[in-house]
Amino acid sequence: MSKRRFFSGRNFVIAMPNLWLILFFMVPFLVVLKISLAEPRIAIPPYSPLWEWVNGELKWSLNFGNYSYMWEDSLYINAYLSSIKVAAISTLLALFIGYPMAYYIARSPEPRRSILLLLVVLPFWTSFLLRVYAWIGILKTKGILNEVLLWSGIIDEPLIIMQTDVAVYIGIVYTYLPFLILPLYANLVKLDDTLLEASYDLGASRISSFFRITLPLSWPGIVAGSMLVFIPVIGEFVIPTLLGGPDTLMIGKVLWGEYFSNRDWPVASAVAMVMLVVMIIPIMILRSAQNKGAEI
Amino acid sequence: MSEHLLAAEAKPWRDETAKPFVRIKGITKKFGDLAAVDDVSLDIYQGELFCLLGGSGCGKSTLLRMLAGFETPTMGSIEIDGQEMSGVGANLRPTNMMFQSYALFPHMSVEKNVAYGLLREGVSKPEAISRTEDMLSLVKLDGFAKRKPHQLSGGQQQRVALARSLIKQPKLLLLDEPLGALDKKLREETQFELIRIQEDLGVTFIVVTHDQEEAMTLSTRIGVMDAGKIVQVGEPRQIYEDPNSKYVADFIGSVNIFDGEVDAAAPDMMRVNTGSGPIMCAPVEGLTANQKLHIAVRPERIHLSRTKVEAANALQGTVDEVAYMGNLSVYRVRLADGRCLKVTAANGLHEENPITWDEEVHISWSAAASTVLTQ
Repeated sequence: MSKRRFFSGRNFVIAMPNLWLILFFMVPFLVVLKISLAEPRIAIPPYSPLWEWVNGELKWSLNFGNYSYMWEDSLYINAYLSSIKVAAISTLLALFIGYPMAYYIARSPEPRRSILLLLVVLPFWTSFLLRVYAWIGILKTKGILNEVLLWSGIIDEPLIIMQTDVAVYIGIVYTYLPFLILPLYANLVKLDDTLLEASYDLGASRISSFFRITLPLSWPGIVAGSMLVFIPVIGEFVIPTLLGGPDTLMIGKVLWGEYFSNRDWPVASAVAMVMLVVMIIPIMILRSAQNKGAEI
Repeated sequence: MSEHLLAAEAKPWRDETAKPFVRIKGITKKFGDLAAVDDVSLDIYQGELFCLLGGSGCGKSTLLRMLAGFETPTMGSIEIDGQEMSGVGANLRPTNMMFQSYALFPHMSVEKNVAYGLLREGVSKPEAISRTEDMLSLVKLDGFAKRKPHQLSGGQQQRVALARSLIKQPKLLLLDEPLGALDKKLREETQFELIRIQEDLGVTFIVVTHDQEEAMTLSTRIGVMDAGKIVQVGEPRQIYEDPNSKYVADFIGSVNIFDGEVDAAAPDMMRVNTGSGPIMCAPVEGLTANQKLHIAVRPERIHLSRTKVEAANALQGTVDEVAYMGNLSVYRVRLADGRCLKVTAANGLHEENPITWDEEVHISWSAAASTVLTQ
């Protein structure tokens, strides 16, 4: 058995995911990296090549200007910071709404639990875009929400929600809530009831038991759910475009603008590269928290 | 703790004037239509180590959970040390529980687990730490304070759970299958450890177990439960030697049971006709002619020999099976009518020519060894 055949089933199985990652992650990543180091041109493709044969010599032209440009123009840094802020606030909001929901589902008896879980994932059966458009119908000045509030006499004049940050938060929290509930539920449902009984038996009240036992033990679920909201929301583009106003600054929107309005692919690519780095940090936090959770 | 008299020695349950420490009065717990605990009344005395013994689903754990305050009785009441417990939550009762799964908090160190009860009670941190240290040395876990539960062996986890349930000095400690998860050797050691701690602290223990050997070793008294009811309460010796029903005789230890009826010709003679022939019993009052009853004979009360012995009951049979257990051997002796009797005999040292398979043997036992069971 000293010689293992190269085309063995074992190598094949290992090669499949690696090939997948190389083809659909590494190659596009390198293409974007390459474009981010080029110069914009009015041509097809709209950027300069990185290397050229000039008189039989290979000539390199790396342009780091796109990155320094991002640093100089405060728009990009503000967009990043604003995106992180929106993502952080949305994650917190989703956590405050999603934790009680996940807790309630996990504590429900079996037949009801399945129904509740189904209700959580049910919105996925409709297109994401359609659901965001539906929110426009609800939130606009003459929308359902305002009509109902006016009719019931709670408000005298319509609320301006559309094209504000409030609408963006509503849309984001609504869309991403299931991603928070599901991992949290998976964690909470494993919680051993006798631990709570033990805590209660030792003199802790029900509330104190929750904060000392349930909450710390659900920490891995909280981190996993929060990251599943936080990471995609940073790059979110559709919701701020459709529900937000012109003041809503998010990096996803900026990226879209650079690619399709400005047709400045190199700068857009640089923005994308930086976004990737920004998002790797929370992923690392997620991984370390999950490893910690596995220990418990 | 200095001069409490051990309940094991004082035997307060034999004294009619003694005041019970735990009073369970007509308690019933229904889950839907099913009564898990059915009209149980029980008095338990201070310093006792009382075992609730029964098969799975007999209601023993439900009874324990009602004492702890996790379940509300459908009917009846519980009094602990003169205090009525209805409406008192588990967190306010003078009881603590040791769980079968131990229920140690996985995210806390051993020390924090043990100190948990004290800190919730408002005891200051330095005092809680010093009392925790004392408790850990009582259960012989010094030096383990900073470990997490998953870094401990099963036996060590069991002792952490015990320490945690004892730290608040409960008036009553409830133990749910405390030794169930340990292997046999460790279980035997821990049984005596548990008795030592119980006697040191003088706390009243109520232990739920399905293991009759464990109940016999541990307890001052045993309450045998079946189908939600207490069938018999008594000291281990009493339960073993004078079981009051076929169920108890069968559940505790090993036993041979004959079904028969009282000989009509001579009811006073205490002769019971069974399928294996007439069996002589010690006289029991209040039996009538032709009354159906059971006779229980413990395997170790039956004498096995190659020669005929004069005895109240003497039968003949062939050895079907021999199991050598070291200190004793268990024989299955087939009688003339085909039924098999279990007989145990102590093994001598380097015994020559022991009784073996297919041998014709005589078995005999005294009238007193036949226990009459009317139910």
